[in-house]
Amino acid sequence: MNASVLVPLPVVLPLFGAGLALALGRSARAQRVVSVVVLGLMVVIAAVLLARADADGPQVMHVGGWPAPIGISLVADRLSALMLLVSVIVALCVLLYSLSQGLVEYGPDIPLSIYHPTFLILVAGVSNAFLSGDLFNLYVGFEILLAASYVLLTLGGTADRIRAGSTYVVVSLASSIVFLTALALVYAATGTVSLAQLAGRLDELPPSVALLLQLMLLTAFAIKAAVFPLSAWLPDSYPTAPAPVTAVFAGLLTKVGVYAIIRTQTLLFPDSPLSDLLLWVALLTMVIGILGAVAQDDLKRMLSFTLVSHIGYMVFGVALASDDGLSGAIYYVVHHIVIQTNLFLVAGLIERRGGSTSLERLGGLARLSPVLALLFFVPAMNLAGIPPFSGFLGKLGLMQAGVDDGGWLAYVLVAGSVVTSLLTLYAMAKAWNRAFWQPPAVEPDGAAGPTTDLHRKPVRTGAQVSSKVAAVALRAGMAGPAAVLLLVGVAMTVFAGPLFGLTDRAAADLRERTPYIEAVLPGGAP
Amino acid sequence: MTTNLVLVVVVGVLFAAGVYLLLERSLTRVLVGVILIGNGVNTLFLVASGPAGRAPIVGLNDVDDMSDPLPQAMVLTAIVITLGVTAFLLAMAYRAWQLNGHDDVQDDVEDAAIRRRAERDEVSSSYDDSAGGTMDEEGADEPSGEGEPAAVGPEGERR
Repeated sequence: MNASVLVPLPVVLPLFGAGLALALGRSARAQRVVSVVVLGLMVVIAAVLLARADADGPQVMHVGGWPAPIGISLVADRLSALMLLVSVIVALCVLLYSLSQGLVEYGPDIPLSIYHPTFLILVAGVSNAFLSGDLFNLYVGFEILLAASYVLLTLGGTADRIRAGSTYVVVSLASSIVFLTALALVYAATGTVSLAQLAGRLDELPPSVALLLQLMLLTAFAIKAAVFPLSAWLPDSYPTAPAPVTAVFAGLLTKVGVYAIIRTQTLLFPDSPLSDLLLWVALLTMVIGILGAVAQDDLKRMLSFTLVSHIGYMVFGVALASDDGLSGAIYYVVHHIVIQTNLFLVAGLIERRGGSTSLERLGGLARLSPVLALLFFVPAMNLAGIPPFSGFLGKLGLMQAGVDDGGWLAYVLVAGSVVTSLLTLYAMAKAWNRAFWQPPAVEPDGAAGPTTDLHRKPVRTGAQVSSKVAAVALRAGMAGPAAVLLLVGVAMTVFAGPLFGLTDRAAADLRERTPYIEAVLPGGAP
Repeated sequence: MTTNLVLVVVVGVLFAAGVYLLLERSLTRVLVGVILIGNGVNTLFLVASGPAGRAPIVGLNDVDDMSDPLPQAMVLTAIVITLGVTAFLLAMAYRAWQLNGHDDVQDDVEDAAIRRRAERDEVSSSYDDSAGGTMDEEGADEPSGEGEPAAVGPEGERR
């Protein structure tokens, strides 16, 4: 059990690194070293945690030595550790990408010293949310990552970002309020916020009270995860941020919400899965999200809508409330973190290479830059679920679980997910045709017409995106991290067997509940 | 467990006023709404902690007389978080005022553009005949029923 000393490190290290990076604000080089070293260490720690959690069961650290119901506990079980590992790998790739992009040295408009500390705090918040063993600490983790995301989203304070940021901040605040209110009610009803203890005590509540608490928690998490009726904020706010920021948001933030849904649904409310409600919500999220994507003609916005749409797959898996469904959902989360981040990074490359993300103005990129074409094509096909890739395997797993479920609604969902998959392929093919195969757009008036610019370019600091300057060759430092993520995505196909084995075990743990509860409360719930 | 009716009413009033303000356009009013609701939630925690008692210090008071310290710790955390968020919102409202002369939360311009196009029943600018056969085949292949209304459909559904 000695690996449990490692459990708090994914939270403590980035916070410490953020302080150090802020103190070293005058030296961009030192900041970079600090961030890369911290995230590199975190990858190692998360990998060790995952190995130990898989071999020895959940690793628990009681902060300050206070045992569970009194103190705050941090828990790394298979699900947490797996999510943590993937998130940190993705965060590291995004950070390397942004180093090379020179985001931090755009110009005097953007505060030079802020980016690295904020990025590290964001990672700390994500880790805290994944590892948290009680609801209140989960709330604190959410707030940490949200506060960091407010800053990153409005980086530089340009008019576009303030506009997008105000929507994002207000919606996030609303979700935080719902969550906090739910917390107060949970405490009033049960007298505890420790997840392990709640698992026992919620069973004793009258069903109507438990249902109210469950619905409030689900609402709060569904806003963060961008599940359909509560998803309209996402495509509005994400595309305006700098490419690496959008990429890390798309990969991590919504998935923290999905993680919270999985955790509370399985651990706290196993007897009341609300399957029908969640299945409907999943169906609407998938179909309406992807119809939104089809209508877009800006690449980043299209990707934001596919992000919303594919959250539906994960909710589908959770709603089935079976071992296979959960396992498929967890695999899909892992797959989607990597692929969606990858696509947003590539969208940043396209913006740099082609001077825009508007499909109207892009063209001929396949001839201009075959490497870029490859970098886009593989994750795009992966997202759409073309057979050898992990997107196909994840969808297949979910559909099998749906067929096993056998209810008519589950069959509707299976049909819906096939349609969504095809429409994703359609959207991706459209993007591919427009940006890569179509002959270059009428370059002179396309590039010289910023007055009719519906498609906001996030940064206009002169140095970066005047389209002549933008048509530079790809920098290896930027293409590299995107290529690494592409390889991680392919590796999820190659190692699909072991990975599905891991998610199967994680799902079985979640459904059984006792491994988690006994690890946190060795003496049984008081 | 007995609850304090006055506190419950206070919570209700704070929430109602806060939600009303939260629905306003101006960021400053939103901010005031958030602060009101934040205080409402903090009061709700006090309701949740049960009847007030003596200071929860071991050795000073009898355990049965103590009030529950845990919700108070949570309220403290929530207050700190609200403080940080308030500072950020104020800064953002000020920046919006600097840039625009007002601090209203604005609509999504791109979304509005697509909606206008849908109302005029115009094809999406990315739908292009000149792209040749490939595009049409792709479009006709899979979503033949879905693809065409999709260009105009979701806007009606989403708004």
